[in-house]
Amino acid sequence: MFFDPNIFFEQLVSVDYIKGAALSVAVAIVSLILATVIGFFMAIGRTAKQPYLRAPAHFYVWFFRAIPALLVLLIMWNALPQMIPALRADWFSPFIAASVGLGLVEAAFMSEIIRSALLSVDEGQALAGRALGMSPAKVMIKVILPQAIRIALPPTGNEFIGLIKYSSLASVISLRELLTTAQVGVNITFRYAEYYAAAIVYYLVIVSILSFLQNRLERKFAWTSKTAKAKKSADPAVATQVGIS
Amino acid sequence: MTQQAVLQVKDLHKTYNGNQVLKGVEFDITKGQVKAVLGPSGSGKSTMLRLMALLEPADSGEILLKGSRIGSREHKGKVLHLPERALAVQRQEVGMVFQRFNLFPHLSAVRNVMLGLTSVKGISHHEARAQAREMLQKVGLDNRADHFPSELSGGQQQRVAIARALVMNPSVMLFDEPTSALDPELVGEVLEVMENLAESGMTMIVVTHEVRFARRVANQVTLFDGGVIVEQAEPEEFFTNPQHERTRKFLSHVH
Repeated sequence: MFFDPNIFFEQLVSVDYIKGAALSVAVAIVSLILATVIGFFMAIGRTAKQPYLRAPAHFYVWFFRAIPALLVLLIMWNALPQMIPALRADWFSPFIAASVGLGLVEAAFMSEIIRSALLSVDEGQALAGRALGMSPAKVMIKVILPQAIRIALPPTGNEFIGLIKYSSLASVISLRELLTTAQVGVNITFRYAEYYAAAIVYYLVIVSILSFLQNRLERKFAWTSKTAKAKKSADPAVATQVGIS
Repeated sequence: MTQQAVLQVKDLHKTYNGNQVLKGVEFDITKGQVKAVLGPSGSGKSTMLRLMALLEPADSGEILLKGSRIGSREHKGKVLHLPERALAVQRQEVGMVFQRFNLFPHLSAVRNVMLGLTSVKGISHHEARAQAREMLQKVGLDNRADHFPSELSGGQQQRVAIARALVMNPSVMLFDEPTSALDPELVGEVLEVMENLAESGMTMIVVTHEVRFARRVANQVTLFDGGVIVEQAEPEEFFTNPQHERTRKFLSHVH
């Protein structure tokens, strides 16, 4: 039989697939958070004037942009425990190895996204903030970052979707994410078409939801009074106070 | 009777990329005075303002606010520039309005004006909003309080920028070519706000090309050229009876 719809639909709603999908998304979320934090500091380091800040950042970005993510995952799961006994313990799960490994790799790319976003904020902005007497930290948090985040959103959304797919690499370190679930099923039943089709559907749904969320998030950064007014007029008390007519 | 200067610079020097932009400038302004600064591009007038606002360190010379040295201090005969955080505190006394407005695009007009109050002076959100709205009213933009900079004309943006600087209650307001980036029809509304401000007694230094405004509003007009002050005089003297050749040459291009 070419394609058995029963098997397909059965797997589509199976607990295994749902768990696998959740794990893929979870890995992507954790590694993106890690990548953003590390990437931010690398971005600052790359644009710093002091050489002792620039050099480590340059090195990090150079190193992790070169090494394939798959190799990093294998190193995290196999090579590091070989050298560091503490990592042979039970708590060091494939999930942690995958999330941290992908996070480290993605940080190199996030640092470039963040760096270009920071650079593209008009330099008059920092000038105006400083002229008001704002401290450097306040200027960064209240003036620069909101504008940089808006610029960084589309490429970051891209990277997030990429991470969802990169999570499939974790199958080599025995993480039961989405693709692994399909592989396992296929190894038992040899019904390639049905199991892979189910995986395709899950990936499509996940990425569609993410694109929708990204769209909603980008609209919050539109900075127009039309969106703000819509929110305010919903609250009659505030509407009268600010005199919207 | 000499009044103490609100803001004073002594022997100010500044070099950019091997180019000496300020070559020993002496300038001061007393309370309530309005001084217009004219001069060709590259003459150093904007640089002097930026140095006065402590946005950049001077190479040498002193900047004094109400008699006290700001921006740097002397230690065992050497001049030490203050760190950013100390400078930030001193900058609150000096209000700055930029040629390109530099409004915060992610904040509405009222929030632009509020930001200094909430994040620098630690004033409550509620109180800051009230003060901000009052200031926006003074510049005639109360009905645009919730609009974002992208929804405002250039003249409106600059007026919000003026409100933003004013609400911090500075001792002196510096204007760096405030109308140079505006369409001609929009220049008037900004100059009107500035004239009202002058009449209310604010101490103002205005770098400008608006000669008629300078003549009408300023107590003193200063000509900058080649990194030095060439001439300083009251408007009528300056325009009808300039003392220096450079001034005469400059004025010949103006009308």
